[in-house]
Amino acid sequence: MSRKLRNRFLGIGGVTVISLYLLFGPFQLRDASGRITAQAIAANFTWGRLTKNLAENIKLGLDLRGGSHLILQVQTDDAVRSITAGNMEKARAILQQAGIKFTNIASPALGRIEIDLEESGQIEDAKARITLDFGPGWTARTEGKRLIFEMKDEEQRDIRERATEQAMRIIEQRINAFGVAEPTIARHGPATGYQILLQLPGVDDPERVKNLIRAESRLELKLVHSGPHPSEEAARQAVGGTVPPDKEILPARERRRDPNAPPVQYYVVEKTPVITGDDLRNAQAVPAQAGGSVYEILFSLRPSGAERFYTATSANIGKNLAIILNDEIKSAPVIRDAIRDEGRIEGDFTKEEAEDLALTLRSGALPARVSYLEERTVGPSLGADSIRQGFAASIAGLAAIVIFMLFYYRLSGVNAVIGLILNLILLLAAMRIVGAVLTLPGIAGVALTIGMAVDANVLIFERIREELRNGKVPASAVALGFERAFTTIFDTNLTTIIAALFLFVFGTGPIRGFAVTLTAGLIANFFTAIFVSRALFAWVLERQGGRPAELSI
Amino acid sequence: MRELIKNPNVDWMGLKRGFILVSLVLLVLGGASAVTRGFNLGIDFAGGTLVTVKFKDTPPSEDRVRQALGRQGIDPSKIIIQPISDPISGATNEVLIRLPQREPGQKVGSSGGSDLDAEKRAILEALSTFNPPSDVATKVDLNLISRDRLRDVLLAEDPLRLVSSSGRAAAELEYTRYAEAIIQFRDRDRGGLVRDLADVRSVPGVPTALLQWLPQRFFAGNAAMISAEIVGPQIGQELRQRAISVTLASLFGMLIYIAFRFEWVYGVAAVIAVFHDVLITLGIFSLVQKEISLNVVAALLTLVGYSVNDTIVVFDRIRENVRLRRREGLRTIINDSINQTLSRTILTSGLTLLAVISLYLFGGEVLSGFSLALLVGIIVGTYSSVAVASPVMLWWHMWRSQRQAKRPVVRPKAAEAVPPGRKERRVTASR
Repeated sequence: MSRKLRNRFLGIGGVTVISLYLLFGPFQLRDASGRITAQAIAANFTWGRLTKNLAENIKLGLDLRGGSHLILQVQTDDAVRSITAGNMEKARAILQQAGIKFTNIASPALGRIEIDLEESGQIEDAKARITLDFGPGWTARTEGKRLIFEMKDEEQRDIRERATEQAMRIIEQRINAFGVAEPTIARHGPATGYQILLQLPGVDDPERVKNLIRAESRLELKLVHSGPHPSEEAARQAVGGTVPPDKEILPARERRRDPNAPPVQYYVVEKTPVITGDDLRNAQAVPAQAGGSVYEILFSLRPSGAERFYTATSANIGKNLAIILNDEIKSAPVIRDAIRDEGRIEGDFTKEEAEDLALTLRSGALPARVSYLEERTVGPSLGADSIRQGFAASIAGLAAIVIFMLFYYRLSGVNAVIGLILNLILLLAAMRIVGAVLTLPGIAGVALTIGMAVDANVLIFERIREELRNGKVPASAVALGFERAFTTIFDTNLTTIIAALFLFVFGTGPIRGFAVTLTAGLIANFFTAIFVSRALFAWVLERQGGRPAELSI
Repeated sequence: MRELIKNPNVDWMGLKRGFILVSLVLLVLGGASAVTRGFNLGIDFAGGTLVTVKFKDTPPSEDRVRQALGRQGIDPSKIIIQPISDPISGATNEVLIRLPQREPGQKVGSSGGSDLDAEKRAILEALSTFNPPSDVATKVDLNLISRDRLRDVLLAEDPLRLVSSSGRAAAELEYTRYAEAIIQFRDRDRGGLVRDLADVRSVPGVPTALLQWLPQRFFAGNAAMISAEIVGPQIGQELRQRAISVTLASLFGMLIYIAFRFEWVYGVAAVIAVFHDVLITLGIFSLVQKEISLNVVAALLTLVGYSVNDTIVVFDRIRENVRLRRREGLRTIINDSINQTLSRTILTSGLTLLAVISLYLFGGEVLSGFSLALLVGIIVGTYSSVAVASPVMLWWHMWRSQRQAKRPVVRPKAAEAVPPGRKERRVTASR
């Protein structure tokens, strides 16, 4: 064998060995006592060990290993609405502070605040004061006595974007705490769709995950104005029939500990909370002081919140403070002392409830509600069926092609078959390197690659035959065949890779898996069809003395 | 040398009127069907709920399934039930149930759910009616329970008295492990469904005492839901738009690539051919009312690549021959080029078809649409390289030389006279 050819084969062998190691490794060379023995090496090559390694090296997609796939959408309108409402309250406070009288303040649409002043004389003053507070994200204009503020589009977009990013972080925290192995949490779809993709391998019941995400734990501590009242009506009477704008009525549900209390009681509370969940530093589930299997939640505050909490509690000793979770009063203890930074939420929580609550309190409330757009769950048994079917289809396809190639091209068919098998090995090794997941359409991609990969061989072989027919000797026919077929192979493979790129952009999960296997297969094809196949031909020609009269093709 | 066709010498361009006729008939048939009958869009695009249910034995009759679902407030006329059989073992105990997108405001199920997964719950409730009522009333179906729920039941019932002996936290940990092992046994060893609780007598890692206790609280129901897919209306609409725009974008990408590597005319001709292939494949999907899923769109995009691929092989040869045989007419050159590449064209298509046919036969339900699209696409794509792309090229050249004949000729027959080389590409050649 010539030196050049030997080097070529060494290169091909090296690539093959590395690929095989990537697929079936790692191997252990040492036995239990740490010595390198032949037996320890041989133990690597049992069917069980090899398939186990292969299964670990090639990651399976959700559709094959089972799991849940969710697409959710952040209702970013909520975030815009809540900021509008917050600004409306601020505007009200600013006007009251400045002594500017107004008849009405309302938000008739998303991101729009309308204020009707009593006199138009102060309107410019009011506009200036509020604009200063609202900042550059809002536009202001006047219509007679009416002052109109509107949120700019880019500000709205910013708010929506932030809400989505924040929601994603919070969901990520919650999913991680839930203990899902290798979850995928990513933005999905168009940028203005505010969608999030969740892929949770091994989760057979998306319900609990959804509950955990949905769980909106909004903690608020508000001063109690009056209560408890037996009914909502009684509560309303306590404040003179109509609820003033700075107060609100909230329910407190029955606590199992007190059998004599009515099932639901009502309190009138201040609308502005003393502190909210944003001020929380930590929250944890602890067994209740009362004992038993009841749990409660202990929380501590950040310094800024603690300061406010201290001021409020020291000024209101003897009054009740409502601890409100998701608009429901959990307890309304009397403030006995000024408290600085700790509090507790009592309620007949089970351990799991208390832990979930503490978790959602720690990670903060979602800035907006989420709705579910898509939910897919695949059980592992269906995944196993798919693997079996995909594998059978690939093997059948491969077998049919191999038989045909051997029949039609005879010895040169062997050349093509070696290339095909090497192509498969390289394809899988490439997937291992880029960390791509194998999906069911991905397996289809493998089967299809076999069909397309053989195209390159066919192109070359047909060309060689043509040159032979034109009277060339085998050696130059082979050389010409490879040379002339090269551009065609390059162009055809590249167009298919371009199509696969578009597929990758279009699809998620399974379809991306298909695009990746197709691309990897076609790239491997360049190597096997041109380099490997040519080396094999060169070897065959060399063995026959370099200038054989015939070629088995 | 085994040969498929010996020295083919067909006047392909002479057949172009016949080709137009065939293409037109296929396009018109498909188009008419698309207009009158529309497409059978899968839940990926139309929205809705699709579940795979596995039964212990032969599934109950379609009517019974329909009735059971009807009792859950689902319109029986809109339910699609399709039995599926395993292509390898031939077993026929799985059924696909598809429910359409709910009308806005419509409620489903006994609890009147309006959530995205209301239909899924309704189907679960309907499935439980296929079990003995006495079991359903007092026990939990081990074939429909999830890992977390099983853990919760075990923890609540505490058959091993772990809570009192070692505390709640430790008990929770233990039961989580047992639930995991039992569910894994059900899903991996028993294919998602245990026939009988007697089957669950020995599960590795689970105490026998627990397994023997199971029948007191559990029964092995007749059906298991082994997959559930729910797609809301918004996703469907987005995906429809994206599928169309990505397909068009990929065609444009092909046009640019071929124009860059060859000439504009080649690119336009190839893209017309591919567009023709995609339309005919879609038309056939409409004709046979085969469901169009996400996978089918993936197949269509693959087809775009494949069909261009096929066209390029012919064009490459045309380009080469144009360069070698300057004096001959384009028509002869195109005919010869097709003939020279004919055996390759048939071989490759045939071999790829072999791979696709095995996918169609053995790939199972999920891949059937995918492989059908490729099956049709590869046949049409091979045909169109010869019958559409090449004639379009020829027409363009004929049209241009006619125009040049009327005007004073500055550069006579530019394309034929000085063909563009691979490297010395001539921009002027097509002007």
